[in-house]
Amino acid sequence: MNVPLLHVADLTIGYRTRDGMVRPVVRDVSLTIARGERLGIVGESGCGKSTLALALLGYLRPGGLVLGGVVRFDGLDLLRLAPPALQRLRGGRIALVPQNAGQSLTPSMPVGAQVAEVLAVHRGLGPASARARAVELLAGVRLPAPQLLARRYPHELSGGQQQRVAIAMALASEPELLVLDEPTTGLDVTTQAHVLDLLDDIGERTGAAMVYVSHDLGVIARASDRLAVMYAGEIVEGGSTRDLFAEQRHPYTRGLLTSALRLDRPVLPQAMPGQPPAPGFHGSGCAFAPRCAFADPICVAAPPALEVIGGDRLVRCHHWRRAATAETIELDPRPRHTRVNGAAPLIELHDVSVTYARRGTVAFLRRALGNPDPPPTVQAITLTLRRGATLALVGESGSGKSTIARAIAGLQPLHSGGLRLGGANLALPVQRRPVDMRRRVQLVFQNPDASLNPRHTVGEILERPQRLFFGLTRAECRTRSIALLEQMRLGAHYLDRFPGQLSGGEKQRVAIARAFAAEPEIILCDEVVSALDVSVQAAVLNLLAELQAERGVSYLFISHDLAVVRAIADQVAVLYQGRLCEIGSVAQVYTPPFHPYTASLLAAAPILTPGRRARAFDRDETPGGPPARGCPFYHRCPRRIEPACAVEDPPWRMVDEHHAIRCHLSLDQLAEPVAATPLSIALGETR
Amino acid sequence: MLNLITQRVVLSLVTLLIVSVIIFVSTEVLPGDVATAILGREASPARLAALREQLGLDRPAFDRYLEWLGGALRGEFGMSLARRNTAVGQLIAERLRNTVLLSAVAAATGLPLSLALGVIAGLLRDRVPDVLISTIALIGMSLPEFVIGSVLILTFGVLWALLPAVTVVPPDAPLDVLLPNLVLPAVTLIIVMVAYILRMVRSSLIEALASDYVQMATLKGLSRPRVVLLHALPNALLPTINAVALTVAWLIGGVVVVETVFNFPGIGRLMVTAVEDRDLPLVQALGLLGAALYIAINLGADLLTLWLSPRLRARLLQM
Repeated sequence: MNVPLLHVADLTIGYRTRDGMVRPVVRDVSLTIARGERLGIVGESGCGKSTLALALLGYLRPGGLVLGGVVRFDGLDLLRLAPPALQRLRGGRIALVPQNAGQSLTPSMPVGAQVAEVLAVHRGLGPASARARAVELLAGVRLPAPQLLARRYPHELSGGQQQRVAIAMALASEPELLVLDEPTTGLDVTTQAHVLDLLDDIGERTGAAMVYVSHDLGVIARASDRLAVMYAGEIVEGGSTRDLFAEQRHPYTRGLLTSALRLDRPVLPQAMPGQPPAPGFHGSGCAFAPRCAFADPICVAAPPALEVIGGDRLVRCHHWRRAATAETIELDPRPRHTRVNGAAPLIELHDVSVTYARRGTVAFLRRALGNPDPPPTVQAITLTLRRGATLALVGESGSGKSTIARAIAGLQPLHSGGLRLGGANLALPVQRRPVDMRRRVQLVFQNPDASLNPRHTVGEILERPQRLFFGLTRAECRTRSIALLEQMRLGAHYLDRFPGQLSGGEKQRVAIARAFAAEPEIILCDEVVSALDVSVQAAVLNLLAELQAERGVSYLFISHDLAVVRAIADQVAVLYQGRLCEIGSVAQVYTPPFHPYTASLLAAAPILTPGRRARAFDRDETPGGPPARGCPFYHRCPRRIEPACAVEDPPWRMVDEHHAIRCHLSLDQLAEPVAATPLSIALGETR
Repeated sequence: MLNLITQRVVLSLVTLLIVSVIIFVSTEVLPGDVATAILGREASPARLAALREQLGLDRPAFDRYLEWLGGALRGEFGMSLARRNTAVGQLIAERLRNTVLLSAVAAATGLPLSLALGVIAGLLRDRVPDVLISTIALIGMSLPEFVIGSVLILTFGVLWALLPAVTVVPPDAPLDVLLPNLVLPAVTLIIVMVAYILRMVRSSLIEALASDYVQMATLKGLSRPRVVLLHALPNALLPTINAVALTVAWLIGGVVVVETVFNFPGIGRLMVTAVEDRDLPLVQALGLLGAALYIAINLGADLLTLWLSPRLRARLLQM
């Protein structure tokens, strides 16, 4: 088969900005996809990958303009096709799995009807047979009770279910090409592993070609045969996924892989310097030159061309020969706190429970009607965070991580239990805490867009805590703010900027600077790097580690990302539905014996090795709330013991003084591998 | 679900009860009572006292409130002070027909018109029809009703004399006599109402059209009409239901200005007269009626939103 299914040639797409200029965000992109092939497109936010993905369906976002090039699907020129013909193709022969299924499903329409609609339009099915086929499709993407589920509205489904509905919708018309725009971003690791499994299966079953667009190298490594790396709107490197992961020719690809956090390597990776240019803004030469270690005057003067360097390998770099042969810097594992268990306790949680159950009349009525209160959202949490150490809380969404942080911050009252800060009672709402106590506990949130006031300059943002806690004058604040910004690797010129003028990484640095401006003893870091790009993530984590070494501050580090936690934390607490499953040092938690939940999280995490599959060996649907008794993980556990796990609270099994697992299985049972998971192989290699 | 509806209805009744207290108390607190209103300010204290006793005004306020409320529940509001031999209920009944007719005509024409114009403007955002519609709507919104009314009177009542400039027929005139008098007031109301609603419809349609789910519907290969009618509009209209309800409530309760301008014999006109005449029983009755209508329409809008929005329904049912 010589004619490719999809052929993109020299495609350039721009957006018209408010000042009337046209900014190209996709530049000179050429691609081919053969029938049944899986192509990955990887790049960071703003690199133009989503614009490119939508162009593969002949679609431009409002304000978008084709500045040149063609997109040919089976001989049809998608960018110049008449609307009726385009409508027949879209959702028919080419289908999209959107980035955020929750927002991409129409809220006012039952999900079954949304799938049936595709069948009615593209397959000409009547209402009854379309509905019946829609239910079959929902069953095909392994949704439970599809008949019932078809009548539900999108908001009634979990994130993973919504994504499956979107996949069923895309598959409805048996497309020849599936475009997947970040299909698993925002899903929990186990759900992600399930969805990727499902997509593999679909690829084999239907023979559809797939284009995976993602920022996640682990997902791409697993889900693609060939790979294109995008930077600032251009493809900078291309080739087979296996080759690309084995050996990178372009300095950017190389930096991306070096700065990625890896589950199998417990080190803080080296960060790539700088940050990508804003979409559509790049100099005349190589867009990567400002961040590149190999850059010289040629790179600034002339843009490199995309060169074929043997086989299907492509690279856009003047110096790829030098870059490819340069030595990789081997990183030393970050020195762990050996004294962690000896240092004085800073934050102590003793048997803490938190409930969101409503109080007042409703609760009273409910109780009067004989309905017991729902079990607390977070229960029986006993943790100690020591001075100068990092304790990570890890778990899926809904595991109670943020609730615990909110309780420590005084934003959520304790239902029962004790909370102490350096021996003093901290179980007070934030309004009733003495000023100095408030100063000692600071917060950094996941999304700096929401936590930084967009109408305040960086200077004003940093001034607030200093005036409040230290009563400094404006001039004194300014001097200290500049010093702070310099520590964050941001210059004094940032003082007068507004958050809207900063990139994601810069904003998060400002949020960290604001926390440090109060000279706290503990910072609650709630998913602080989750919204950041890979290359920026490493830089922010390195910064946090440095600041900790300098100032002896403690972190409560909340993350769903096991690789991030492994790199930064000293101690780890694994949470499921607001209950502790396992607690210990990083080295202990990431090696057997595992709690079954820890084991399944580790197995499901994507691995940066092409062809190796992360495996999901438990069910990924979490029940609505924690059970009143028994093990919370009972429903999903592959190793549950009937009936003990359902009715009896599991005991704490002590591996040693510092490592404990809460499970009915004995330590010997927990130590034996359930299956030869890819992870245990990967871990075996590096240990 | 039924629980939720009952809860809403009970809440509305409680609101109405509170409103009735406020109305009663405020007419009570006003300087001068019914006796002074009847006898005039120069009346001797002895005659005032006698009349008060005769009217039962010397009894405790709480007793009189209960009595008034009881009467109101039976639809009896007592006798008008300004027109001695007419029951308040009868005065209102006559004019209520006229106002309801006026409002119904305005709503029945204005609602579809504003939806249609709002959808056109939203779909053709920033193109000529949208700019035209939006500009005219803005003018309609910024001009007070009495200016619009006066311009209409001047144009169609005086210059061209197509329609009666002001109403001179009695409140209980037969429909065919009343109808020509209804056109200009209705047009005035429609202009103001359409301006409000169409702007609301336009902006929420634009928001819905920019949503991910509309993009997804387009990329499913659905035709434009299907995307707009089935995916964008149902979600866009939800936030407008309450705006529509408020406008309709305004139509019934707040047509005072328009009715006064056109001397149209409706509730609004009656209200103005009642206040001028210090006809307290009539003012109280009209106040309660207005509040009841207002609350009923808002309740209807809430229930409609609840019915149309599965997401909102789920959120409320959880509570």
